[in-house]
Amino acid sequence: MITPRILILGYGNPGRQDDGLGPAAAAEIEGLGWPNLTVYDNYQLNIEDAMDVATHDQVWFVDASKSGPSPYEVHELAPAERIGFTSHIVGPESILAIARQYFGRSPQAFLLAIRGYEFEFIEALTPAARSNLREAMAMLTARISIACESPVS
Amino acid sequence: MSMSEVSQVVGRRKIVIDPVTRVEGHGKVTIRLNEAGEVEQARFHIVEFRGFERFIQGRMYWEVPVIVQRLCGICPVSHHLGAGKAIDMIAGVDKLTPTAEKMRRLMHYGQVLQSNALNFFHLASPDLLLGFEAPVPQRNIIGVIEAFPEVGKWAIFIRKFGQQVIAATGGRRIHPRLCVPGGVNQNLTIEHRDALRKDIDQITGWCSDALELYKSFVHSHQKLHETFASFPSSYMSIVGADGGMDLYDGNLRAIDAAGVPIFENVRPVEYADYLIEEVRSWSYMKFPHIRSLGRENGWYRVGPLAQLNCCSHISTPIAEAARQEFMIQGTGGLVHSTLAYHWARIICMIHCAEIIKELLFDNDLQGTDLQTVGVRRDRGVSIIEAPRGTLIHDYTVDADDQVTRANLIVSTTNNNEAMNRSVKQVAIEYLTGQEITEGLLNHIEVAIRAYDPCLSCATHALGDMPLIVTLEDAEGTVIATRVKQ
Repeated sequence: MITPRILILGYGNPGRQDDGLGPAAAAEIEGLGWPNLTVYDNYQLNIEDAMDVATHDQVWFVDASKSGPSPYEVHELAPAERIGFTSHIVGPESILAIARQYFGRSPQAFLLAIRGYEFEFIEALTPAARSNLREAMAMLTARISIACESPVS
Repeated sequence: MSMSEVSQVVGRRKIVIDPVTRVEGHGKVTIRLNEAGEVEQARFHIVEFRGFERFIQGRMYWEVPVIVQRLCGICPVSHHLGAGKAIDMIAGVDKLTPTAEKMRRLMHYGQVLQSNALNFFHLASPDLLLGFEAPVPQRNIIGVIEAFPEVGKWAIFIRKFGQQVIAATGGRRIHPRLCVPGGVNQNLTIEHRDALRKDIDQITGWCSDALELYKSFVHSHQKLHETFASFPSSYMSIVGADGGMDLYDGNLRAIDAAGVPIFENVRPVEYADYLIEEVRSWSYMKFPHIRSLGRENGWYRVGPLAQLNCCSHISTPIAEAARQEFMIQGTGGLVHSTLAYHWARIICMIHCAEIIKELLFDNDLQGTDLQTVGVRRDRGVSIIEAPRGTLIHDYTVDADDQVTRANLIVSTTNNNEAMNRSVKQVAIEYLTGQEITEGLLNHIEVAIRAYDPCLSCATHALGDMPLIVTLEDAEGTVIATRVKQ
């Protein structure tokens, strides 16, 4: 019996107000200091993230949402590859698809979309987004805790 | 409907495809027809905020290399180094110590390597290896991995290696911090050096393999490669003191479509004497052009194609041999093919890998003389060749060391007019009637991908749309709109 390895990928731009929700979430989760929990933050996803994704049992992609429900929503993700017109667009489904196709493994994955409201060049979350972050973190912490208590065989 | 939702209103035909995606900045293409129904004009708009220059104002100048990383999720290192060079000038430092200079170069070439690899493997290779007409569900990097399993390996491991170079020089994989006024804050540890040395030959080999793969595409699609979205143009990049390729430091060189210099040896601080930035009402982006040639004729292209066309040679042997073979495509002149951006991009990747190897065997990187001081100035200007082309940072500071004015000209802005022209070429060739077909949309995307524009890349929240193509009649009435994620 092995404790599942969990990866949190929080992404977005902390210099653009609520776009920083993903990195802020990553920072909070990292602060827990739990074993078997790996936390990364970045401005955006990149194809090499598939290497990290493939070596974990459960992955949470955490991003800001401009139009979703408040305080947050969670979607389970399935691998799906798309192509954009610029390399500035890589979605979590694509990362999962690359992990599955190239590394032979696509773990259980979720998108946690935390609702944000303002995206100007200001380096701070809005109070409303911060409130959403608190609620999202309560949920995520509980979910991770449950996952950690459900060993993979 | 997998990629798009379509609704149509027949009469005045309207096509709307509603997307679900996650990028705030989106590209918008407008194609205007004349009264005869022919393509008259095409514009590639980028929904971009201009506020980042104000965002920098009021900051202490030594904070700027860290702050500007917020501008772009793909090129934070380019902005970090661009700002770092500019603040050297403010700090009164014109020459760094060998260790500082080489650490920055190592970081820069690692960044260009991994960014170019992302463009080529993730964006370009599906079009080129699977075909423009391949079904969309297959035309992506997964399709490439299925058809060419080795290519997927090259893509991921070259990217990973570039990230390791950045982490080794900047202290961490993301948000790296290396530049301080007049130098750097660390050297390269022996452990990092040895780890990178272990992989560099393999990386160079994979870049060379990618080049061979690309050339096989060219050989089987000669005419398409030459003509697709292509036109003669001027080019601009920095080059080294000897005229050779130098992506980190040098003076500006601009050449016309025949290769004749428009200006040369222009120091970064003089850029505004030679370039002017025009604002147009329909776009948030500025349109820089060469002053002496005016608004109509002064536009130019930057990026890998310009880097190859502008330089006299490349200092590293494998890339130089590749450059010579590349330039033959221009039959004695410049290479103007828009798809050749990809070819040039791979040659730059090879050059980066070779430079990284040289640096990894240079003991200066373990030096301890990291910073130089000078007499402070009130302005700093820098130019580097970022992965997408020439990047200009220009800052003015007050007596309290606060930035009072910032002007950035990013690579995508330099390519603004050229992208419009490429889209127009595609529209002329592939638009039939008044319908925006999937084929037209695909070809427009292929043209734009060659430049790999940086969108409003500083923010990436869920809930907006990436590419909207609108067809208008001669009066500006919308005939059709199609959106693709």
